[in-house]
Amino acid sequence: MTIHTLEPIVQATPFFQGMENRHIELITGCARNVRWAEGETIFRQGDAADHFYLVRSGIVAVQLMVPHRGLTTILTVGEGEVLGWSWLFPPYRWHFDARAQQPTHGFAFDGKCLRTKCDEDHDLGYEIFKRFMQVLNDRLESTRLQLLDIYGKHT
Amino acid sequence: MANTHKAPAPQALNPEPMFSTPYRIQRVRQETDDTFTLEIAPADSAEGFSFLPGQFNMLYVFGVGEVPISISSDPADDPVLQHTTRVVGTVTKAMRLLRRGDLLGIRGPYGTHWPVADAVGRDVVIVAGGIGLAPLRPALYRLMAQREKYRKIVLLYGTRTPEDILYRNELEHWRGKFDLEIQVTVDRAASSWRGNVGVVTTMIPRAPFDPSNTAAFICGPEVMMRFTAMELQRRGVALERIFLSMERNMKCGIGLCGHCQYGPVFTCKDGPVFTYDRIEPLFGKAEV
Repeated sequence: MTIHTLEPIVQATPFFQGMENRHIELITGCARNVRWAEGETIFRQGDAADHFYLVRSGIVAVQLMVPHRGLTTILTVGEGEVLGWSWLFPPYRWHFDARAQQPTHGFAFDGKCLRTKCDEDHDLGYEIFKRFMQVLNDRLESTRLQLLDIYGKHT
Repeated sequence: MANTHKAPAPQALNPEPMFSTPYRIQRVRQETDDTFTLEIAPADSAEGFSFLPGQFNMLYVFGVGEVPISISSDPADDPVLQHTTRVVGTVTKAMRLLRRGDLLGIRGPYGTHWPVADAVGRDVVIVAGGIGLAPLRPALYRLMAQREKYRKIVLLYGTRTPEDILYRNELEHWRGKFDLEIQVTVDRAASSWRGNVGVVTTMIPRAPFDPSNTAAFICGPEVMMRFTAMELQRRGVALERIFLSMERNMKCGIGLCGHCQYGPVFTCKDGPVFTYDRIEPLFGKAEV
């Protein structure tokens, strides 16, 4: 029987591409496969942010309950994209809800496990933070464009 | 791929370029809350004119004024034309009140076009923002009519909300054909929306195309086009194979009056479709 390990799959994802094997080994030590059914809640605002996720297929909606407007989707995360960075910053609580919009699968990474490894190996910490900074940069740029309301009447 | 792509084939409707020709409205279709499509045909003859995808006409609402609007119909549907526009000013407000049987004046077709023929053998990525889908629609018709000549065809379409999606039925029809990858995203949505939420640029990194052999056509608000072109460049698409349609305040439509001057070019005559490498130095410059 062939045993498939997560390392090559994780290493091939755009987010972890180019990372050294020793770091991939450390990271996959904190990883597991996850699946969500359509409509299933992945996390809720205020809950402990003890994981982050890498979506391999499907779509996850990041949502916020807005008074008088209801549950509003502010962002969707799709194939190859990262979901969640609250595990990196105290008090390690989710600020939004996340729900699978269709059958979705991916990897879950244990945040506490990874934080400990990053504290022990700052090279790993640098690699992880560098990648999350890129995600933050991309999301900030997208949010700025959304704020401009570029498809509105005044543009 | 050629750097300039002025339309060689279509003949102007009227040999006197400032005279308009009467067209009769056959149908008015409300596309979204503030956007509508006029379907028109020549009033006095069975013959119209040919045009190339991306070109525009000057539409004259008698007694009110004239506006440039891209042709949004299939070039094969000659002599019937469609123009999709949003109610934004005096002329389009008056235009929205017109009904089937009413007359409009038409001058055109003007301007450069999407280089559909030059993209043969390549992947084609079409990135549309909001009403920017309208000028790209004739290109989609042409690409789909000769589907076997192209590799992957990808349409990435971003708009404000699910209610603002243009040509919804047509998009569904194309999506069902399985030889056109269509991804739609909106800037905001209620939880009942099952599609993507986020700006259109976020779909570029994971869109299925080979950047080394891709032609990209972009149309939408200028800010959206700027960030889309940057993202395509980051993915590896060559500057000279990125094309975008610029919008400026046009009056004459034939490069005489200078209203649509954009740096060293006139948008009506040298554009509206430009290669990105020609426009990039001007993008985002407040003085231009």
